Amino acid sequence: MLEIFVGAKFKFMEHRRFAYFVSGSLILISILSLAIHEGPRESIDFTGGTVLYLDLSPQVPVGEVRAAAQKAGLGGVQVQMSEDGSQAILHFGKNETSGDAFQNFEKELDQSHPNVQLTLLSQDTVGPKVGSELEEKATLAILWSLVLILIYIAWRFTRFSFGLGAVIALFHDILITLGLFSILNREISLTVVAAFLTIGGYSINDTIVVFDRIRENMGLIRRMSFAEVINKSVNQTLSRTVLTAGTTLLAVIALFFLGGPVIHDFALAMLCGVVVGTYSSIFVASALALDISNWWTRRKQARSAGASAKTAAAR
Amino acid sequence: MSNLRWKWALLVVVLGVFGWYLVPTIRYYSMPPDVRASNAPRVDKIREGAMKLGLDLQGGSYLVYEVDLAKIPKAQRRGDEVDRAIEIIRNRIDQFGVSEPVIQKQGQDRIVVQLPGLTDPERAKELVGKTARLEFRLVKTKQEFYQALAAMDQAVARWQKLGGAAADSTLLAAADSAAADSAAADTAGASTNPFTRLLTQPQNPDVGYAYVPAQNYDKAYAMWKAVAYDSTKEEPRVLAGNTVLLWGDRQFGAGTENPGRYIYALSGRPDLTGDQVADAKVAFGLEPARPNAPGVSLTLDKRGAAIFTRLTGNNVGRQLAIILDNTVKSAPVIQDKIRGGRASITGLQGDNEAKDLGIVLRAGALPTDLNLQEERTVGPSLGKDSIREGLQASLVGLILVVLFTVLYYRVSGIIAVMALLINLFFIVATLSMLRGTLTLPGIAGVVLTIGMAVDANVLILERVREELRNGKTVRGAIEAGYGRAFITILDSNLTTLISSVVLFQFGTGPIKGFAITLMIGIIANIFTAVFVTRLVYDSFMAGRTVKKLSI
Repeated sequence: MLEIFVGAKFKFMEHRRFAYFVSGSLILISILSLAIHEGPRESIDFTGGTVLYLDLSPQVPVGEVRAAAQKAGLGGVQVQMSEDGSQAILHFGKNETSGDAFQNFEKELDQSHPNVQLTLLSQDTVGPKVGSELEEKATLAILWSLVLILIYIAWRFTRFSFGLGAVIALFHDILITLGLFSILNREISLTVVAAFLTIGGYSINDTIVVFDRIRENMGLIRRMSFAEVINKSVNQTLSRTVLTAGTTLLAVIALFFLGGPVIHDFALAMLCGVVVGTYSSIFVASALALDISNWWTRRKQARSAGASAKTAAAR
Repeated sequence: MSNLRWKWALLVVVLGVFGWYLVPTIRYYSMPPDVRASNAPRVDKIREGAMKLGLDLQGGSYLVYEVDLAKIPKAQRRGDEVDRAIEIIRNRIDQFGVSEPVIQKQGQDRIVVQLPGLTDPERAKELVGKTARLEFRLVKTKQEFYQALAAMDQAVARWQKLGGAAADSTLLAAADSAAADSAAADTAGASTNPFTRLLTQPQNPDVGYAYVPAQNYDKAYAMWKAVAYDSTKEEPRVLAGNTVLLWGDRQFGAGTENPGRYIYALSGRPDLTGDQVADAKVAFGLEPARPNAPGVSLTLDKRGAAIFTRLTGNNVGRQLAIILDNTVKSAPVIQDKIRGGRASITGLQGDNEAKDLGIVLRAGALPTDLNLQEERTVGPSLGKDSIREGLQASLVGLILVVLFTVLYYRVSGIIAVMALLINLFFIVATLSMLRGTLTLPGIAGVVLTIGMAVDANVLILERVREELRNGKTVRGAIEAGYGRAFITILDSNLTTLISSVVLFQFGTGPIKGFAITLMIGIIANIFTAVFVTRLVYDSFMAGRTVKKLSI
């Protein structure tokens, strides 16, 4: 049979410092990027405004499209054109919420280029009220998601170090994906938020499989240290983790390249989320569980050492 | 043994039931597009049972309007404005001919309008949002016109003195009361007739309207808007002598040497309104000057007809202005007393304008303004493209995953793939059963499910491989593998399920579609991975001693 990672004996726990370093750097870069751009770039779903996606035939030079667009809408407009100049994306700011942007643009373009055939591919207009409502909904969705997942983890993993490790890994995954979007200057739209929530579910999913195996192997703790148990468990689940990531990635890659512009950003988020999520499940979550557990044990020992020292002194 | 038979029977029954619900969807979407769009009862029945396509796949508009109750003073609100608006919109859309529109109330003052399959979304929006206030007002005599102009001049002078920004009714009130001390007080420096100066008298001097040439138009319009028009109520203000000033349609004078606009002095209150219109039809030949131009022929109701008869009877020789949304469309001279309550609207721009006007007048005027809050419009070509791209991505994703699975797990891989295909079958069948809507993110959800579905099988198969490596018999390995993997399968799918439930709860249309396909996919996944594949293995091993497993 074709097999990968059989009898794998990678020393994950021994090298966890390296993983921390990598993760730390990625997180730092993400935070820096977010700080520089003053937060994630929000699409009109949250800021309000109008986006027109148009087809022009024959092509019109971008400068002239921009000129017509500026006359058509209120406030500034950003114009993006496809490489062959046949499609344009007009992005009006939050002042243009009348819904008439396309009609006005059509009129303006008709005046300067009467022989150009203009087709509306799609129009999205979000008024200010709806924009803030959608923002609220997205925030609520994220919060509820987190709360429910936390409750679930707390119920499933009675060891505090496991739960905390899983949660930190989750935040780690989402933060890095957010950072990627910030660096690439991609917009966060409702669909992208949906992708983030799905990544959240997937990441915890992955981590749970590893932790399940660790728990199963805890019986061996008599013969091995905690670190060795974790190592063994991660190695045992390695093939499954990589395989699942593999098939999911195959599907997401198909979406990324073939799914069309509407799903493109969604697929990007999923791509990053799956890769980082798998990495964190293997290298980060269990490493954290180990370190948190050790820290906790040390604390308990220190306390009881202090207590027994006191009682000894008291006698 | 009979245990196995029952299980197979159960599986067949389940597949059969779901398959039954899938039939309408298959039938509907394999029909050619023109048949699909028809309203034949046979087609309607199939459509009812089929899965729906979201607006992002069919093309169409999703519109959210807010009913502007603030415009109606509290005392005049009847409490049913939103419901009335919904009825009127529904009426208009019905006449426009959109298949399966959805018009719903949202919250206290919002209306959601969904119009699938539109080829001309801009026209539909116009239709829905038009206030369509129709009024008939008599055109004033020349004297009355001049009176009003004098008042205008005063008010404009005052407005200019104030810097030309603030605009409210006090300017007019001051003008009215100061009508007595006109000339002397206000001539300091400023011109005496700031407004009237801009007008040109028409050739026939004895009429209550004037012409504003193009070069003066912007100025005159600004003055009028500031002083003689209430922008909040969207009504003209009443000037001295119970007169209002309204502009004529822009196209008058177009094509002549001096394009501009007419301005009319009209009755302070409408003599007849659109409420009295019983029917409105598109008709041709209403304008002798433009015999091929379309117009709208109105039939008034009993009360309207009576008023109309009296009005025309008392005012032969005068002009009656027909006003749409505060613009004078035409002002024909009353030749004779008109009985029978018929009138016509001319001066329209084209067939579509006439048709839409007819629709709007038949359905009635909206009680107040509708403000667009949100619009998501997808044109038909993008919709088709999205379907194609979505299906392509699904197919390629499926092929990649299938290839990989079979390569890695061989025959067991084929069983896993079979389970995956049953998964897909369940997703589409359930959507069909629930008459759910498939959106583009929904297709993405299906693709994701394809990728994640293999996970459950991987968990089982990896366990089985492990057990085999540990030296168990084939039968033992399978039992142990399934047993231990089951809890992990549940666990791992549960968190993704939690995410999709939250998304379903808080998501808007397309995202709800994603959440639905994901949820169905996950549940189907658990079922097929645990029940179906096990069944296959058990049946294979029944009554045999299997030594080797192709896994």
